[in-house]
Amino acid sequence: MRCKKMVDVGRRQFLRGSAMAAAGAAATTVTGTAAQATPANAQVDYPSGKLANLADLVVNEPLDIEYPDADSPGVLIKLGEAVEGGVGPDGDIVAYSVLCPHKGYQMSYNSDDRTMNCPGHFSRFDVEAGGQQVWGHATQNLPQFTLRVAENGDIFAEGASDLIFGRPSNVL
Amino acid sequence: MAYKRQIDRLPIPPADAKVHNVTCHYCIVGCGYKAYTWPRNKQGTLSDNAFGIDLGEQQGADGTWVAPSMYNMVKQDGKDVHLAVVPDKECVVNSGLVSIRGGRMAENRPSKVTGTQNQRLSDPIVWRNGVWQPTSWDDALDLVARVTARIITEGSEDDLLLSMFDHGGSAGGYENTWGTGKLYFGSMKIKNARIHNRPGYNSEVHSSRDMGVDELQYRYSDYEVTDTIMIVGANPLETQTNLFLNHMRKGLENGAKFIMVDPRRTVTVNAAEEVAGAENVLHLAIDPGSDMALFNALFTYIVDQGWTDSEFIKNSTFQSGEAVPEDAAHPSGLGSLEYALATCRTSTAEAAEICKVDESDIIKAAEWLAKPKDGERKKAVIAYEKGVIWGNDNYRTVGSIVNIALATGNIGREGGGCCRLGGHQEGYYRPSDAHVGRPATYVDQLLISGGGKVQHIWACDHYKTTLNAAQYKSVHRKRAAMVKDAMDASAAGTREQQVDAIVAAVNAGGLFVVDVDIHHSQIGQNAHVVLPACESNEMNLTSMNGERRLRLSEKYMDRYGNSLPDCLIAAKLAQNMERVLREMGHDDYADQFKGFDWETEEDAFMDGYHGGNPDVTYDRLRAMGNNGVQEPVQGFENGKLVGTDRLYMDGKFTRHGRDDKKALFCAASWRGLQAPGKEQERANHKFWVNNVRANIFWQNQFLDKDNDFIQDRFPYPFIEMNADDMVEIGVNPGDLVEIHNENGSTQGMAYPTDTAARGQVAMVFGSPAGSQGNVVNPGVNELVLPDYKHTWGNIRKLADATPAARSVSFKSKEYTS
Repeated sequence: MRCKKMVDVGRRQFLRGSAMAAAGAAATTVTGTAAQATPANAQVDYPSGKLANLADLVVNEPLDIEYPDADSPGVLIKLGEAVEGGVGPDGDIVAYSVLCPHKGYQMSYNSDDRTMNCPGHFSRFDVEAGGQQVWGHATQNLPQFTLRVAENGDIFAEGASDLIFGRPSNVL
Repeated sequence: MAYKRQIDRLPIPPADAKVHNVTCHYCIVGCGYKAYTWPRNKQGTLSDNAFGIDLGEQQGADGTWVAPSMYNMVKQDGKDVHLAVVPDKECVVNSGLVSIRGGRMAENRPSKVTGTQNQRLSDPIVWRNGVWQPTSWDDALDLVARVTARIITEGSEDDLLLSMFDHGGSAGGYENTWGTGKLYFGSMKIKNARIHNRPGYNSEVHSSRDMGVDELQYRYSDYEVTDTIMIVGANPLETQTNLFLNHMRKGLENGAKFIMVDPRRTVTVNAAEEVAGAENVLHLAIDPGSDMALFNALFTYIVDQGWTDSEFIKNSTFQSGEAVPEDAAHPSGLGSLEYALATCRTSTAEAAEICKVDESDIIKAAEWLAKPKDGERKKAVIAYEKGVIWGNDNYRTVGSIVNIALATGNIGREGGGCCRLGGHQEGYYRPSDAHVGRPATYVDQLLISGGGKVQHIWACDHYKTTLNAAQYKSVHRKRAAMVKDAMDASAAGTREQQVDAIVAAVNAGGLFVVDVDIHHSQIGQNAHVVLPACESNEMNLTSMNGERRLRLSEKYMDRYGNSLPDCLIAAKLAQNMERVLREMGHDDYADQFKGFDWETEEDAFMDGYHGGNPDVTYDRLRAMGNNGVQEPVQGFENGKLVGTDRLYMDGKFTRHGRDDKKALFCAASWRGLQAPGKEQERANHKFWVNNVRANIFWQNQFLDKDNDFIQDRFPYPFIEMNADDMVEIGVNPGDLVEIHNENGSTQGMAYPTDTAARGQVAMVFGSPAGSQGNVVNPGVNELVLPDYKHTWGNIRKLADATPAARSVSFKSKEYTS
C-alpha cells in the first residue's frame, strides 16, 4: 500500500490548483521570464525537488512523493538490494510516478513482490526492473524519476524517463 | 533495465487538426479511435487544442491523454504531418479504453521522420542475381502472370497453391477479401487454397453453422445484462481486452457469475475474481482436450433437471430425430435434442473422471448456467475461442457447446449468445467457395508431398503460424531454392528464357513463390517475387467486429512507397493475367479476368460488398462514425443505416440454409484425443505444450518485432513453467530452453509461473524467434481443422539467460490488490 507520509517535494509544490489553470504561459509567468526574450529550450527543464533524506527511508517501505509538481504523485522506495538505475550508497533507491500510464489510475505498492498494481485495469509494473510493465495495457513502462543524493543525504528528483499520464509535458 | 522512451513532451494537436474515424485494425473487438493530423509547422496550445480541454491541468483517471506511442509523424498528401491516434470515448465498443495493441497504432506506422517501421516494403522486389532487387509493378507482375499462366494452362488451376487471409482489419477487410476472392474464386476456381492460420480453406466453426447458428450472433452489451458468463478456451482480458474491460466487467459488476473452462489459469480468471469476488468465479481447469466430455455432462444434467427452455426448443429446433447423418462432410450427426442427447449422454461422475475436475464443480457450473432463478429462465452468454477451435475434435466440441446454448434458449435473446470470441476482425465478401469442397484439401500436406507448382501467398507467414512447421519449412525452402537456382542461371536471358527456366524448375519439383505482404516475412525469404501491400488507414477499409459492427476506417496517410491495397494488387494481377493469356492465344480464358478496372479501394468495395448490400456506401458508413452499424444492414432510413441488434431474434435459424429454419443439435460423441498421433505423443513426453497468446503481441509480431517497447519486454518467446519443473531440469528464469519431440524443436525463454501445473508449459504462439508450430504434429480433424493446442514434448536447457533476458521481469502477471 502507498505510505501516507508526506514529504517535502521542493520548490514547485506551490504550483498547483488554480495557478495551473492559467494555461500555457503559466510556467514562464511564475518564473518571471519574458516569453519573447528567451527561445524555448530543446528539452523540458525539470525542477530539482527534494523528496526525502536517506535517514527517512526504511527498506521496502515506500514514501509518497510528488514530482515534478504536487499534481503528480509518486513513490520513493529503498529496495535493500542494488538495482540498475538505483542511487544512494547501496544503489537501491528508486522513484516512480504512481499514475498508471494506461488510464491514469493511482496504483498501490505490493511489498511482497515489489510491484506497482493498478486497480483500474489490472496492469502491474516491476519497481526492481526499472518500472517495466510486468503485464498490462500501458504502452510504456512506468515513468522513473532521475534521482541525485546530496552529501548530506538529501534525495532530489531531477527528471523523468517517460511522459507522465495526463499531461502533454512532464513540466506544465 | 526497462526500455525508457526518454520522451517528456509531445506536440499538441491544434483545434483545426483534421479528424479521421479509425477502427483499430488489430483484434476482433475493433475499438474506436480518432486520428488527428496537422501540418508539421503548426501546433495547439494548452488552452486551445483539438480536444477542447485545458491541457495545462493534470488530467484525472480516464482523462484525455496522448501517450508517446499514440504519436508519430507520417506522410499525408506528400507532406510530413503530425499524427495522434487517440481512443474514442464516444465509441460504444471501447468507451475510450485503449489496449496495449491499439494504443501503439501510431508508432507502428512507417515514418521516414521518426524511423518507425522502416522494415515495410516500399517496392516490388524480384529474386535476381542471388539477391532481391527492387523493380516496378509492371515488371514484377509481368513475371508473376507469365509464370502463373504457363503453369495453369500447361497443367491446371490445381497447380496453383493459394495461401490467403480471409479476415477483416489490417490487410483484410471487405475490399481486400473481395479483390482476392474475385481473382481466385471468380476468374479462376482455385481449389488448393488455405487460410492464414489453418492448412485448408474451411470454416473454423463448421458445426455451429451446420446447426443453423452463426458464430457471431450476439451484441457485446449482452454481457452486461446476463446472469452467467461462461468462457471456454479463451483469455479475453489478453486477447479481446476491451470486450472484457468494457462489457464483461460490467456484467460481473451487475452480479453475473463467471465460469472459465481452461486447463491454464490466466489473468482473465484473476481479473474476474477481482471484480466479482472469488466466490462468483468458477475455474474448471480440465484435463487438456477433455472439453467435450464436460459439455456433454452439462447438457445432460441440464436436460435431466428440466432446466431447458421447452418453448424455445419446441418452436425453434428440429423435432424429429436425425436431420443430418454423420458422413465424410459431417463428423457427427445432427438432429433433435433427443437424438443428440442419446449420443451425448454423459453423467457428471463420468465427466469428472475424464476432465479431472470435481463432480461438484460440474454440477455448480450447470446450476450457474441454467438453474432457474426465482422461477425465471437464466440468461447466459457462452463464448469460446482457440482452446476449442484449435483444440481437440473441433466439430464435435464446438457442437457440444452450442447444444447447451440451444437447450437453454440462449441464442437470439438479450443477455444470451453462443459465440466465438474471434481473433482478427471479420470482413469476408467473396464469390462462392463451393468448388473447394468439403473436406477441403490439406494444402500443407500437398505441398510437402511435392504437389503444386506455383504458390501465391497473401499476408500469411506459415514459417511462424502453421502446424508441422519444421517439415513445412524444410520442404518449402528446398523447393523454392530449385527455382532460385534456375532464375540465377537464366538471369542474363530474356523474359521468355527466364520463364522457361522457371517452368522447367517447377516441373522438376520446384515451387515458384509469390508473396504479397507489408514486410519481407520469414516465408518471404523463399519467395521469388515479393509484392508490397499496405494496411488500413493507408487505405480506406471496411470490416466488422465480433458483434458484427461494420465501420469504415478512414485513410489518413499516404501509402508507404509504391505499396498498394491488396484489392488493387489483385486487380493488377488480374489485368496482367488477361493480357498474358490473350498473348498466349487463350482468349476465352483471358475474358474471365475482366472486371478489375478499379482505380481505388472504394471501387472494389462498390463492385463487391455494395453489390450484395446496396444500402451500404462509403459516404453512409463515414456518417455512421465509429459506432457504425451492426450487420446485416436492414435499410437506410432518416439518413442512417439500420442494422441488426442480434441474429435470430425471431427464433428462426438460417446459417445452415435449411428451409425449416430450425436449429439442430449435435450428436457429439466423445472419443478421446481425436487427431492422429496425439495420444501417442502424450504418452511419450513429459510436458504438455500449450499454445497461448499474450496481449502485448499482435498476431505473429509482424509489426511488433520491430517495436523496441515490445521486444524489450519479451526478447524471446516466453515459455511459462512451474518453478519445480524448472528446478528439476536445471533451468533458471530467462534461460533459453528447447522444446523437442518427433515433429521438430523450438526454443524460448523460461518464465517461472506459480499457477502453471507441473508438467504443463505455455508457449506464446507465432513468435519470429521461436515457432511453436515446429513441434505441433500434422494431425487434423476430418475437415482439416488443426489441433495446435495438444502437443507434448520434452524440454532441455540450451543456454543461460542472455543479457537481454536477464533484464526482463519474471514476476507474476497477475494483478494484486
